[in-house]
Amino acid sequence: MPLLDRHGAKAEIWTRSEGAAIDNLSHALVDWAVLPEALAQKTRDQRIGVIIPNTVRIPELKLLMRQLSLIAISFPSFGDGRGFSLARLIRNHGFTGTLRASGPLIVDQFAYALACGFDEVELPEASAARQPVEQWVNALGQISHGYQRGYGDSGNILDRRRSARLKHAAAG
Amino acid sequence: MYRYDEFDERFVRERVTQFRDQVGRRLSGSLTEDEFKPLRLKNGVYLQLHAYMLRIAVPYGTLSSKQMRQLALIGERYDRGYGHFTTRTNLQFNWPKLRDIPDILDLLADVEMHAIQTSGNCIRNVTADHFAGVAQDEVEDPRPTAELIRQWSSLHPEFDYLPRKFKIAVTGAEHDRAVIKAHDIGLRILRHPDTNEVGYEVIVGGGLGRTPMIGKVVREFLPKADLLAYLEAIMRVYNLEGRRDNKYKARVKILVHEIGTEEFSRRVEEEFARLDGPSVNADPAEVARIAAYFAPPAYEALPATSGAFEAARAGNPDFARWVETNLTPHRQPGYAALTISLKPIGAPPGDATSEQMRVVADLADEFSLSEIRVTHAQNLVLPHVKLSDLFAVWQRLGEAELATANAGLITDIIACPGLDYCALATARSIPIAQALAQRFADPVRQKEIGVLNIKISGCINACGHHHVGHIGILGLEKRGIESYQITLGGDATENAAIGEILGPGLAAEDVPDAIERIVSVYLAQRQSGESFIDNVRRIGLAPFKAAFQDSNREVSHAVA
Repeated sequence: MPLLDRHGAKAEIWTRSEGAAIDNLSHALVDWAVLPEALAQKTRDQRIGVIIPNTVRIPELKLLMRQLSLIAISFPSFGDGRGFSLARLIRNHGFTGTLRASGPLIVDQFAYALACGFDEVELPEASAARQPVEQWVNALGQISHGYQRGYGDSGNILDRRRSARLKHAAAG
Repeated sequence: MYRYDEFDERFVRERVTQFRDQVGRRLSGSLTEDEFKPLRLKNGVYLQLHAYMLRIAVPYGTLSSKQMRQLALIGERYDRGYGHFTTRTNLQFNWPKLRDIPDILDLLADVEMHAIQTSGNCIRNVTADHFAGVAQDEVEDPRPTAELIRQWSSLHPEFDYLPRKFKIAVTGAEHDRAVIKAHDIGLRILRHPDTNEVGYEVIVGGGLGRTPMIGKVVREFLPKADLLAYLEAIMRVYNLEGRRDNKYKARVKILVHEIGTEEFSRRVEEEFARLDGPSVNADPAEVARIAAYFAPPAYEALPATSGAFEAARAGNPDFARWVETNLTPHRQPGYAALTISLKPIGAPPGDATSEQMRVVADLADEFSLSEIRVTHAQNLVLPHVKLSDLFAVWQRLGEAELATANAGLITDIIACPGLDYCALATARSIPIAQALAQRFADPVRQKEIGVLNIKISGCINACGHHHVGHIGILGLEKRGIESYQITLGGDATENAAIGEILGPGLAAEDVPDAIERIVSVYLAQRQSGESFIDNVRRIGLAPFKAAFQDSNREVSHAVA
């Protein structure tokens, strides 16, 4: 399925496993239900990613996080925003691997997804066909700065006002 | 009043451009109708019964005269020369064309306004006490808090796809005029009993609609500086745990109800303790920057009374009656806040023509430091009028049919647009309000009845706040016929209560008689100085029920 990040279309390096069988896959993407089994077989060179439903609780995930290189959070529909909060929690709990939003997101959610800690979005074919990659990249620049502190690195309005104040004070 | 800086200005302009792009992507087929719908709703664009409707945000009900004039212009140019003020202190235009909406948004941005998040499953326009900065019982002006929340909640990356809509209200006063206990989050600014520090009491899980509930206190005292981090914690718990399987059970009140206040509070506190407050909260200098815009205006030093005012009052009974009902004491000696009733007898509650909006704007410039407020009771307020100017203001209001002396009285009825406009409505509300206002039009009688809030909703979603009306009226549809359910004993203040149903539903034409009977019970049973709601609390529902059922029986006989 089509994949993109803030720079545009992106090649998929992950292979979905059959059940827990990760065999000699270098980047194996496994379902949440079989994750413990897959991790038990993991060799040192293998990378494991997991696809999780947006109902997973952080305590269930937290202990396994260090062994994971990618977490893909499912978006059952674009209107179900649980994935945004789950991504924030996963980042807040120290996950530094790749975070993927997987589902029928819309262009207007791309900036939100990145701000909440996602790195990339995986779309169903139909969504991607309607919404070309240029629309996604273009959407990122539509709102230059948001008001919320701690979301993304584009420089939020509150911190910009603060720097302006400090600069002003220093100049004065 | 708050003024946009370069960042606010750019944000709102970019949002307009983004909306144009969204409309373009819908037209080109990039977005399906289902995908476009929440995007237009989050910009205030509804598809109504006859046309599109645009709901414009009036954050915490504060408007400048300049903004009011722009609304008048939009009403004239793009609508039918009037607008409708809502119970969320917003303004609705009922007849704009979809293709004109981006241009309207540009005109709004010109005067530092927008339609962001006036609908959709996101944090809605924040409301506050309409006498903020004026009221004598205020601990602190709630508007800086409301403005901080307005900014923080605008296009929030994490909380724009919530299970359901989310409403926040703030009051800084002891007497609650912002209905905070009927909001998803209600904030009350208070002083800590021991330290005297200013902070918030945080109430969560109130709401009306299908399952009316009074909000629960989840934090008795939150230091002011921690506001945004605490709100983030509440929103995160709700966004993750709120029900998404049934839209009627998706509000936070249901989550709080199902897991219990204690457990909800525990989860919020856990997340609040874990997240890094200082990286989320606004720094004190930012809070001070916003607060400075709401510093008291340059009042004149005046005596507490005005001879001219007292003389006019003594010489003109109509003026005296209006003063008695529509005036609110001001903390500044020699000034008053005056309520402009948008409930003239027989007109749709909350409607104002473009001409009337201009009259109000002119009066605000001349007599009220250019400031106007919108109340959740669908009236307007001129917050800073000198007592000595009141008579002149009253005369000018009268010429524009804006001097109805009924604020808080039985004809000051809250009503949603109902079946005449709304696609969700199951019954008409405006004609019921009109019929009741006509029935009780006599000013002498209104005065005798005193404070009595009637609130009418045309469907279960309760935009007309019927649950918290002293008398609530809910319009439903039963087998193709409109039927009105009457509730009694609701209260929208700090003594918040949900009204109880009196009996079976009534036909529209029987509503005025039923209300008449309820009022008669009160007039017959009240003790000296006892208000309607106090009387209901003292004597209970039984006498009212009996009278109501008598009237019902007569009606059934008449029909048979």
